[in-house]
Amino acid sequence: MITLWRLGLAALLLGAWHVGAESGFLSPLFFGHPVKIFAVIVEWFATGEIWRHLAITIAETLLAFASGTLCGVGGGLWLGLSPRTRAVLDPFIMAANAMPRVILAPIFAMWFGLGVASKVALGFTLVFFIVFFNVLQGVREVPPTVLNSARMLGASQRQLLRHVYLPAALSWVFSSLHVSVGMAFVGAVVAEYLGSSAGVGYLILQAEGMFDVDTVFAGIIVLTGCALVLDAGVSVAESRLLVWQPRADAARGS
Amino acid sequence: MAALAFEDVTVRFGAATVVGGASFSVGAGEFVSVVGPTGCGKSTLLNLAAGLLAPSSGRVLVDGVTLAGINRRAGYLFQGESLMPWRSARDNVAAGPEFAGMSRGAARAAAETWLGRVGLAGHGEKYPHQMSGGMRKRAQLAQTLVLDPPVLLMDEPFSALDVQTRQLMENELLSIWQADRKSVLFITHDLEEAISLSDRVIVLSAGPATRPLAEFAIDLPRPRDVAEIRLTAEFRAVEERIWEVLRGEVLKAYRQGEAA
Repeated sequence: MITLWRLGLAALLLGAWHVGAESGFLSPLFFGHPVKIFAVIVEWFATGEIWRHLAITIAETLLAFASGTLCGVGGGLWLGLSPRTRAVLDPFIMAANAMPRVILAPIFAMWFGLGVASKVALGFTLVFFIVFFNVLQGVREVPPTVLNSARMLGASQRQLLRHVYLPAALSWVFSSLHVSVGMAFVGAVVAEYLGSSAGVGYLILQAEGMFDVDTVFAGIIVLTGCALVLDAGVSVAESRLLVWQPRADAARGS
Repeated sequence: MAALAFEDVTVRFGAATVVGGASFSVGAGEFVSVVGPTGCGKSTLLNLAAGLLAPSSGRVLVDGVTLAGINRRAGYLFQGESLMPWRSARDNVAAGPEFAGMSRGAARAAAETWLGRVGLAGHGEKYPHQMSGGMRKRAQLAQTLVLDPPVLLMDEPFSALDVQTRQLMENELLSIWQADRKSVLFITHDLEEAISLSDRVIVLSAGPATRPLAEFAIDLPRPRDVAEIRLTAEFRAVEERIWEVLRGEVLKAYRQGEAA
């Protein structure tokens, strides 16, 4: 029943858009034309042209996610376990986190060129802080009884790190997966849009330069679909990784 | 020689003296309970015995040797939730042997044995949040006992359980202890629990600067059933004698609580 309502609503919106575009009420120059947009998407997939760009955008997303998560976990564990270092670095971290990092994209383009590296760099800065703060929180919130219990069971410092701090921190990382994967994707696309030679963001940028609003919308729709697929992937990974957590607890993030 | 001995142990946190010159001992294979009013520093005594806390002055001796760092001869049954939530019951019990360098397979086999012994056979795959409070306590007990520590430290381990589960657990603890006599230091605020389990009951003074006030040997026959033994005249007599001492301290603690 719900599905029927949803399909109906989607048909209504698309229909209104189509009628508006046909009648000239919604200028196709600014709002595009649903049928033409659909034709662009079909052509992209028929010719296979889109795959190259999509592959690049997804590769950038995954690289940004992986590098940001890895460094975020490392940094979070390190600062979480050495309060003095943390006290020294605190203002710097706050400043770096407060900075609107999207604005770094042009700088990364200058440093790393127009290729994949500059996109990964921007995504990294977005993912890193989400993971970092989650790990910091995870380390701080290890219950003292669990920690003392592990020590009484004979855990060495290294074993504490591996068997207590790391799992505790990772549970926070996993529960913020949706946010961090989403951010990696945003970083990749925005960086592409601000200057690149390939990727879906690049397609959109090109089309915009030629006032080809149909292709812009087609790109947006492909990106949205891609984001939904990524998100579904994260949900699957999450349910595998967080079996030990009660369900209500699984929705943390920033 | 005592398995565990406190010699004039004092603990200060800043200006506050929590433990003031405590001396007592637990013999090998002896079951000793410590009772005292709430908030008097009972858990601090256990943390000292565990080596999680160092005394400000005085010594804690384990088998006659001054304790420095974690007490490797002791297992600790905590009051709160101490299982690792990301490990299943079996892997929680296997943790200690794994830390000690046992292979994963052997550790898991040992864990299964102990899960069976505490009545959790077939529940090994469950995560802590999928178990009841009583089951989690059993898993904690197995986690501690799988390492076969000569000394067992217990911090009000059953206080969060309902009365029936609690008596069941107390009886199981006694039968496990009967089979393999470990030295036990058992902390509780429940005098009946202390008497029904122990060979000896130590009464602590109200804080601050708590210390043992009096000791009572419990000469009730073993094996005991904790529910039945409470009904005997001998039990009542001992309880009365101890309560006479404890009562004053509880009142003192109560008045301090009101003044604060």
